[in-house]
Amino acid sequence: MLPEVVGLKGPLSCLTQARYGISWGAIGAAEACLEELIEYTKTRVLFDRALDENQAIQIRLADMQRRITNAGLLSHRLGQLKDEGRMNPTQVSLAKWNNVRMALDIARDCRDMLGGSGISAEYVPIRHMLNLESVITYEGTETIHQLTVGRALTGKNAF
Amino acid sequence: MSIDLFDINSLLSEEEQIVRNNVSRFVDENVKPIIQDCFESHSFPKQLIQPIAELGLLGSSIEGYGCAGMNSISYGLICQELERGDSGVRSFVSVQSSLVMYPIFTFGSEEQKEEWLPKLAKAEAIGCFGLTESQGGSDPANMKTHAKKDGDDWVINGSKMWITNGSIADLALIWANTEDGIRGFLVETSTSGFTANEIDNKFSLRGIGYI
Repeated sequence: MLPEVVGLKGPLSCLTQARYGISWGAIGAAEACLEELIEYTKTRVLFDRALDENQAIQIRLADMQRRITNAGLLSHRLGQLKDEGRMNPTQVSLAKWNNVRMALDIARDCRDMLGGSGISAEYVPIRHMLNLESVITYEGTETIHQLTVGRALTGKNAF
Repeated sequence: MSIDLFDINSLLSEEEQIVRNNVSRFVDENVKPIIQDCFESHSFPKQLIQPIAELGLLGSSIEGYGCAGMNSISYGLICQELERGDSGVRSFVSVQSSLVMYPIFTFGSEEQKEEWLPKLAKAEAIGCFGLTESQGGSDPANMKTHAKKDGDDWVINGSKMWITNGSIADLALIWANTEDGIRGFLVETSTSGFTANEIDNKFSLRGIGYI
């Protein structure tokens, strides 16, 4: 038996550590999907031009890059707070929620933009997408993290 | 390496950049070539465990006990680079580091730390974290597993579900109700009465095992 902790705060404090890492991890999954999609859009020719010459494609790629950049800055700041001993569970909830949602949305969108190839295991997005369905559920579902942030804003526990 | 429009990389110390580059190279060379097959065949890539340990990625934030003693940014970068390969590989490291080694380091006795942390850091032992139960999920306080003192021993009764690394673990950190409240128990999975079953029909994290 671990002698130095009694109560739910023991396991919950472990989960805070793990969720911190997950917030960073999700960025990697999103990067992998976007990286592969960019390569695909250079070579896939549709209606006599490469996909990446289309405004609709570029806007969607740009939007993914925007969300990945935001998530990276959020996690980096969270890491600074953790190294200063000032990280709290509300910050971790916001980062896990934001970054995993970002990664799952990007993986799904990459899968879509790969067209029929997107459902093939030859490309990484569908594997990342399926994995991220677990990641958005385990270690605190997205809803629980939203309610944790909500509790910090209102002072009222709704779960 | 992915596009870094805001040059976040320049915020990293030299040590942090080295960690990131080492893990990135490991993922490109060792994870990416095999992980898609692991997902399709629903098989755990055991050959990745030793190299992960040798890179110092298990319990990387812990000082001493054979651990690397890296900072939090480095731990984050490790997770980011591993998950560029696969969420399951990152999950394996998250569980070993944050859910098994961290609580032993933070809440364990000196004897427990000395016994387990060096082995877990070297991957001579694999750990899992037994909190969730089938009826629990978002409400972990609704825990049915209980532990009762029997002489010098504890007798634990209950079952856990969705336990990452559960089917390959040597050591299970089992959370159970006691007369004093919820406590954590280090249970060797070779203990008689311990069983672990794989969930076969999942379509997610198929490279790693769940109970």
